[in-house]
Amino acid sequence: MRYNQPSPLEVRVISQHFDLPNSTSIETYLANDGYVAIRKVLGMTPEAIIEELKTSSLRGRGGAGFPTGMKWSFVPRNTGKPTYVICNSDESEPGTCKDRLLMENDPHQLIEGMLIAGWTIKSNRGYIFIRGEYRYLIDIVDRAIEEAYERGYLGKNILGSGWDFDLYTHTGAGAYECGEESALLESLEGKRGIPRMKPPFPAVVGAFQSPTILNNTETYSSIPVIFRNGGAWYAGLGTPKNGGTRLMCVSGHVNRPGVYELPMGFNLMRLINEVCGGVRNGKKLKAVIPGGSSSPALKANECDIPLDYDSLAKAKTMAGSGGLVVLDEDTDIVAVALRTMKFYAHESCGWCIPCREGTTWLKKILSRYHEGGGRRSDIDLIGELAANMLGRTFCPLGDAAAMPTAAFVAKFRDDFEAYLEKNKSAQAPELAVV
Amino acid sequence: MTFSPALEARFEKLLNSYPPGRQRSAVVPMLLYAQDEIGCVTQELVEEVARRCGVTPLQVDEVIGYYSMLHRKPLGKYHVQVCTNIACQALGAEDLYEHASRTLCVGNREVTPDGLISLEEVECMGACSWAPAIQINYDFHHHVTPERFDRLMQALRDGVYEKERDTKFSNAVQPTEPA
Amino acid sequence: MADLVNLTIDGRQLQAAPGTLLINAAKEAGISIPSFCYYDGLALQAACRMCLVEVEKTPKLQVACTLPVTEGMVVHTDSPQVRQARKGMLEFLLTNHPLDCPVCDKGGECELQDMVFRYGAGESRFIDTKVHVDEKQWSPIVFYDAPRCILCYRCVRICGEGLGVNALGIGNRGVASEIVPNRGDHLECDECGACIDICPVGALTSGTYRYKTRPWEMRHSPTICTHCSNGCKTTLGVRNGEIMRANNRDHSGVNGEFLCVKGRYAFDFNGHPDRLTSPLVRVNGELRPASWAIALATVAKKWTELKARKSNFGVIGSNHTSNEENYLLQKFAREVLGTSNIDHHRTGDVAGLLQALHGRSNALATTADLYNTKAALVVDSDLAQEQPFLAFHLRANMRHHKAHVYVVTPGPVREDNYATSVRAELGQEFEALESLRERLAAEPELVILFGAAIKGEAVNRLVAFGDSLGIPVKYVCLVDYSNSRGASDMGVLPDLLPGYQPAAEPGWNYDQILAAPDLDALWVVGANPLSRHQLAAKNAFVVVQDLFLTETAQRADVVLPAASAYEKNGTVTNVCGDVQKLSRGPKTMGAKPDLEIIALLAREMRHNWGSITPEAAFAEIRSTVRGYNVPFVVIETGGAAAATPSMDGTNFQSQPELIRPANNTLYTSGTLGRFSKMLNSLMEAPGELYHDPRKKPVVKEGSVQLETTRTEK
Repeated sequence: MRYNQPSPLEVRVISQHFDLPNSTSIETYLANDGYVAIRKVLGMTPEAIIEELKTSSLRGRGGAGFPTGMKWSFVPRNTGKPTYVICNSDESEPGTCKDRLLMENDPHQLIEGMLIAGWTIKSNRGYIFIRGEYRYLIDIVDRAIEEAYERGYLGKNILGSGWDFDLYTHTGAGAYECGEESALLESLEGKRGIPRMKPPFPAVVGAFQSPTILNNTETYSSIPVIFRNGGAWYAGLGTPKNGGTRLMCVSGHVNRPGVYELPMGFNLMRLINEVCGGVRNGKKLKAVIPGGSSSPALKANECDIPLDYDSLAKAKTMAGSGGLVVLDEDTDIVAVALRTMKFYAHESCGWCIPCREGTTWLKKILSRYHEGGGRRSDIDLIGELAANMLGRTFCPLGDAAAMPTAAFVAKFRDDFEAYLEKNKSAQAPELAVV
Repeated sequence: MTFSPALEARFEKLLNSYPPGRQRSAVVPMLLYAQDEIGCVTQELVEEVARRCGVTPLQVDEVIGYYSMLHRKPLGKYHVQVCTNIACQALGAEDLYEHASRTLCVGNREVTPDGLISLEEVECMGACSWAPAIQINYDFHHHVTPERFDRLMQALRDGVYEKERDTKFSNAVQPTEPA
Repeated sequence: MADLVNLTIDGRQLQAAPGTLLINAAKEAGISIPSFCYYDGLALQAACRMCLVEVEKTPKLQVACTLPVTEGMVVHTDSPQVRQARKGMLEFLLTNHPLDCPVCDKGGECELQDMVFRYGAGESRFIDTKVHVDEKQWSPIVFYDAPRCILCYRCVRICGEGLGVNALGIGNRGVASEIVPNRGDHLECDECGACIDICPVGALTSGTYRYKTRPWEMRHSPTICTHCSNGCKTTLGVRNGEIMRANNRDHSGVNGEFLCVKGRYAFDFNGHPDRLTSPLVRVNGELRPASWAIALATVAKKWTELKARKSNFGVIGSNHTSNEENYLLQKFAREVLGTSNIDHHRTGDVAGLLQALHGRSNALATTADLYNTKAALVVDSDLAQEQPFLAFHLRANMRHHKAHVYVVTPGPVREDNYATSVRAELGQEFEALESLRERLAAEPELVILFGAAIKGEAVNRLVAFGDSLGIPVKYVCLVDYSNSRGASDMGVLPDLLPGYQPAAEPGWNYDQILAAPDLDALWVVGANPLSRHQLAAKNAFVVVQDLFLTETAQRADVVLPAASAYEKNGTVTNVCGDVQKLSRGPKTMGAKPDLEIIALLAREMRHNWGSITPEAAFAEIRSTVRGYNVPFVVIETGGAAAATPSMDGTNFQSQPELIRPANNTLYTSGTLGRFSKMLNSLMEAPGELYHDPRKKPVVKEGSVQLETTRTEK
């Protein structure tokens, strides 16, 4: 199902089947080059598969942007242990709603991507970890899995290769933290979603203590087309080291918010103005959160930038999950910072001190600030507390909370200062007696 | 403890979907699916899931405390979840939540006296590009204005929600250009 | 051994074994890296982030508790960045901490206080509202105050990994995370209090101690627990002669950090209002208080008369009194009363084992062996209940050294969770052992621990089985009370003198003394035979030394109030033969240590034994009792040294019918347990040996009462 009009500027590669009638059915998929890639891959060695992936310069679409071919190459061979292929469909990064579309509209593409991963490491078992809120997608994906079994793409002796692969769905039950890969594995094992200590990384010790390939839904969904059309072709769609296309989820104050498939490196201002019809109501642009709520916001004057991993990293933010929140000039940045921190405080697993206490403290300060009880010293305090979390937490959630917050106070200090002016009467005493 | 045949079948499939000796994996899905059927996580359910998955009730308790969708008290027949995270916030979700709370006369995670509707302010649910969004149980509703919200609530009260869900309240957009 | 790794910490060139964690490498060198969640021997957590250090060539601060040392590593533990990180971490921790140190039990010995004092900020920038949750009571013993909790998860790990009980978990998430008990709102566990002891802050407090005193008001008196035979060191906190708490914070005993519910909380028998504080003398058929002078004179006069008439004496010694007391008791019996009619309640066939092992050395396992041996076999004991520390020790051996454990028991035991278990009815043990033969023979070495079912001829058979395995085997004869081994080793036996030397003429044994119609005098020291047996000699003159007016004391003609093991100096020998020192903590006015009573009686009977002190008696034991020439300094400084008794293997006839196990559960302790209010208030008490955990928990009728105050004296 489509929830927004497509844009003529899109390059429809992984979303090419979205608008086909019965796009979820295996017939539709097969009629449109479906399961061609796996036939091709079954004749390839793991080395060749990984080489092709490296050529494609596909990078993880979940948030960290790690080169997928490299990630697969870390899985040790012949350990005597079973191996697993896990799909991270625990899409929870605020601003992101693409995996939902991929599963809803083209589940077979995902299954085929996972099959390719499975064959590469000779795994016999895979799981698609779908967030609990996406309950309806479990039925869609389960149906697709059944079809794939019926047609011999899953199960025993797949396409006569002698190789068996079983695939299952697994549901979360409301925890952003389970999007972190090791927390996801804990959750898959029936435990609290507390991240694991690393190393070892999941490639070596992953699901059920065994070597594991773990990628995002969009990453797997991008793989069949790479093997149909070639890694070089795919790489050529994007910019150097940032191959292919990605689903960009645009939300906020634009005229045509929506999920659009665009080549890596697509210019952010073009995205806003040409794909999304510009900022709503003729307002001026104030900021863009470019890669989900964990990514530091870009100020309007920083937005003429290619949307790829490296360009955004250079701008001290990140491409993240591809969730872009566009904010217009009327946006209350303090309110956005508060809402962001409320989210992280709610989702902090509580395992380590700086994240557990830091997110809550920041939430309290921002909440008080937002209500008019802010002090001038709070502005610096917010920055310092974020700095005390940054790089010191057990897992990246602490960084994800600290980075955007630090950026909000650094880049939009005027907005914070304006609050003090506006709420002079309500301010908390500057010197706290403790 | 007995469940519907459909749920029992699902449990059986679930327990078989994990490697031998790894049935603990079924704890979270089992709790969520069972909660969908019986309304909340009861102590009896905790013991039952512990037994079926070969864990202690404490290990089940630990899981329940961690996952925000698992709850020990019954919610309304229709659990209305309003996302107020940044993408929805930008398009007025906080006002929408206030509106919902005011018109339903319930606070966060509270149930209307008739047990029909419960309300919850939730985190990002994956509908950012079609904000503001709400979920009624597991159904997504996009671009929800206060007016659309009121119509949805009326449909719940009138008992016509299921009938109108995919027609009157459909989220679908027909592409106007060829795919 | 692999080559050592060279590294630099704070400018000092150091070496460490590969794989050593940085925090430990630093500690070895005397460089302290602070941490809450890191705890030696428990799983790594990396949760508290206090141990962040700067490692050159890495961009971020590194967690020292999970980082193995690497060649050429250059570490700074006291750089401005590290100091700032620690300060920041503590500031975070204190935001939701109630800072109720003035009333917190932990105040003065709190790791959080110490940490803030050393590394923290003197002022807080936190002006918002703290998260508050009300305190919860989980059992008569365990209270949890979530706001004080820093979530280091030590309690969860000691309970799960250490004890194997897994009664604690983590509930909720984020800032609402807290420790949760296994039964929703209460605990059902061993009530050992290890979680409380290991808590670095005042989050977990005990019902016996909370809000009673400040740590600095107490005198800390390390001694040996007087309940079971495991000989755990327990440090009594004594204020004004009263025990306020027992713990083992210095971890210097054989038990390390372990104590069970009895060692930690069942000290309250000591202050029980029923304690005898005055001698009692029977006058006109009624026991009446008398002065010590009159009571002692009454006894001496009667005994002197009886001895002159060549009357039959019987002496029943104790499983709880010290080695010195046991030694002097048998000496008194043999030298002063001139009788060999002396015995004690035997709970294991120690002498039988020594006879079976005669002629060999190094075949008795010490406590330390249980932690270091590659494999252990437990025959007929519900170890976790009857020998709780030995069970903990074996478990630690399994966790830390991957030791294999085998059990042969008549019913389910906790060791089943990790051991190879075979069920065998009493008397069927050897069939079960045969079924394990191949696996046992494949082990490089073995310790066999056996309970009271293996006695008499069966002991020889067990040793023969051990020999037939073709691997080095050591043995532990499991006995049940705090100094059962000492009573046996010191010759409180009719046929064996101290050090298992044969007595010239064996006297009456325990059953014979009680059954002899012509017994003229019975002297019972720290035992209660009449709780289970009849005294045949209706007219015998009975003298009893005890803490309480037991069934036996009620029958006495003279009752002499004895001090408890916590109120005396001396030594005791644990089940594995480790000799350790008792030191006097509290004092009960009017009661005297048995040693002093025996010495006073000797003087009254005109025997010049010179100055009788525990020290002098110990010196005599060391020089005269075979196997007891243990290093004085080790014992004196609170250490443990194994006694190495042996037997010549002649003339000794084991008497298996006299061996009767105490069958104490984790929550019972013979007579002492009856006077522990805390033990009796537990819903788990009295418990049941070989209890099937799948069955409903054992809950005593009407036992669920959460009372925390001790009766005022």
